[in-house]
Amino acid sequence: MPTEKFNTIESSAVPINIENIDTDQIIPARFLKSTSKEGFGKNLFRDWRYDNKNQPSNDFPLNDSKFLGTILIAAKNFGCGSSREHAAWAIADYGFRVVVSSFFADIFKNNALNNGILPVQISEAFLEKMFNEIEKDTTTKFVVDLHTQTIKIASTDESEFFEINKYKKDCLLNGYDDIDYLISKRYEIEAFENNRELSN
Amino acid sequence: MGKTLFDKIWDQHVVTQIEEGPSILYIDRQFIHEVTSPQAFTGIKNRKIDIFRPDQITATADHNIPTINQHLPIKEELSRIQVETLQKNCEKHNITHYGVGHESNGIVHIIGPEMGYTLPGMTIVCGDSHTSTHGAFGTVAFGVGTSEIEMVFASQCVLQPKPKKMRININGELEKGVSSKDVILYVLSKLSSSGGTGYFIEFAGTTIEKLTMEARMTICNMSIELGARGGLIAPDQITFNYIKGRKFAPQGKDFDKTIAKWKALKTDVDAVFDAEFTYNANDIAPMITYGTNPGMGMSVTDSIPDLSEVNESAKASFLKSLDYMGFKPGEKLKGKQTNYIFVGSCTNGRIEDLRAVAKIVKGRKKASNIKMYIVPGSKAVERQAVEEGLDKIFKEADIQFRQPGCSSCLAMNEDKIPNGEYCVSTSNRNFEGRQGPGSKTILASPLTAAATAIAGTLADPRDYL
Ligand code: SF4
Repeated sequence: MPTEKFNTIESSAVPINIENIDTDQIIPARFLKSTSKEGFGKNLFRDWRYDNKNQPSNDFPLNDSKFLGTILIAAKNFGCGSSREHAAWAIADYGFRVVVSSFFADIFKNNALNNGILPVQISEAFLEKMFNEIEKDTTTKFVVDLHTQTIKIASTDESEFFEINKYKKDCLLNGYDDIDYLISKRYEIEAFENNRELSN
Repeated sequence: MGKTLFDKIWDQHVVTQIEEGPSILYIDRQFIHEVTSPQAFTGIKNRKIDIFRPDQITATADHNIPTINQHLPIKEELSRIQVETLQKNCEKHNITHYGVGHESNGIVHIIGPEMGYTLPGMTIVCGDSHTSTHGAFGTVAFGVGTSEIEMVFASQCVLQPKPKKMRININGELEKGVSSKDVILYVLSKLSSSGGTGYFIEFAGTTIEKLTMEARMTICNMSIELGARGGLIAPDQITFNYIKGRKFAPQGKDFDKTIAKWKALKTDVDAVFDAEFTYNANDIAPMITYGTNPGMGMSVTDSIPDLSEVNESAKASFLKSLDYMGFKPGEKLKGKQTNYIFVGSCTNGRIEDLRAVAKIVKGRKKASNIKMYIVPGSKAVERQAVEEGLDKIFKEADIQFRQPGCSSCLAMNEDKIPNGEYCVSTSNRNFEGRQGPGSKTILASPLTAAATAIAGTLADPRDYL
């Protein structure tokens, strides 16, 4: 089943300058009781967005109307902890297409890519620049170009290259789906199984 | 150049290497549970395909289930629906399922090894990050997301880039009162919760070689807390002895034949790792965590670092974390009042962990401020504990002994730690709110948890042995 194709994205960003954001913060366990993939966005960062009386915490960036856009920026080691793909579903459902950090946890990176979210890993220095630009002007725009694998600060024209493996890049650009691909390989997989049996 | 143990297992399972892309990696066994699997089953249904190899999948209900009155229907509606959905999906697709109350039910990473599903040389995945636990048997085992569960349903394979390799050596004798939980918390305090990101870790050295399988599982379990894709330990006679006679392990002559093959599962002497660290067992004391990630740990007698000892860039996160915990830089935690204690989880919910607790609480009573429950990792652990009379020891100490499940490790069921309360927990994560909104987790070993139960304040188990 083809997924949505990823095009160049130009947007302002929502900054969360906190390190080691784990998937329990992105979506707390008590919200994992659904049997579908929909509707997780409303509980994204639930315990940071609402206080213990269920009132919105005004100083949290997602509740601050100054910060809008489809890019989420976070400090290093984003997405560590639980493997729950619900974290990626919540981020996508909320409307983000790109997450920028100087370091991502492995499982989260896979989960994001499998849901059409682009994890953009950049240097500590560039990340700091981005946070600074947002602090100066919350409407600062960033341009994420998957073709050239670059992220640019629109106002200053400074940009940085980011890595992504070629297979995943092709999948995102063309909206290919991994599972369709693997199904097409079933014969090859069966042959692998038979070979293994023989050599055992 | 020689190969590492990890390379050997990985390479044997590569169906195809996609150019400039991931490997198509064949998976010998997939474990599933009620929380991360339903959407993958829906995916299969929408694609109108069958599950490719249902025999290689094993299911259990664990994350969401109550730990009391398991014979009654689950009260909480959403939890009940998830548990029922798993059962229906398994029936429909002919997948072996150990539901609530089944004699083989338990936490997914406890029952796999216990029943002999987990065997050296295998590739294993589960939609749960602590799949790394199975690495203790010399397997390449790692947690995956729901999309990957669906990949395995569809093709018995996942698409994975090959991780880099790290070896962590631990040498020497562990002091009395120091357990494998302390070893991994110590390593975490040295390498941080992102120190292993991008790597698969082999644990080696004379300390590891002497550990029981249960203790090895605790270490591999928390390798994910280092950010690693997984951790593994070369199988040896201790491994083979553990496996022998288990229900799904090879039996009789087959077993002897298989052992010969398993003996080749070790890192070649001339193999090279991308990173290597070596620690001395003598330097390790009983450990506790003071912050909101498992890398923020220290010896139970130490003080939290002063602000001056923290890197400039990490200061804000450090202070935020201490603020959540209600601790101050430089503070000593031993002697601090904590009211809740949880013993259980796939990290420390095995019979040896329960025995460790019993060793300290036997003939004593928990302090009056303490609310404590012990949750066995599986029905088999529960039966064994009763057989050994551990349940009586707990009862005499005024400690609740529950029925198996993940329980307060992630607090998806009713077993939540109240807002603002400290909990000394033998689980693996001290993230904000992990054990319930506003709960404050201090990770420790079963021995430290037991000593704290008796003292009523954070205690050093060496004072109680
Ligand atoms: S005990 Fe905790 S860590 Fe282990 S599988 Fe259950 S929820 Fe995950």
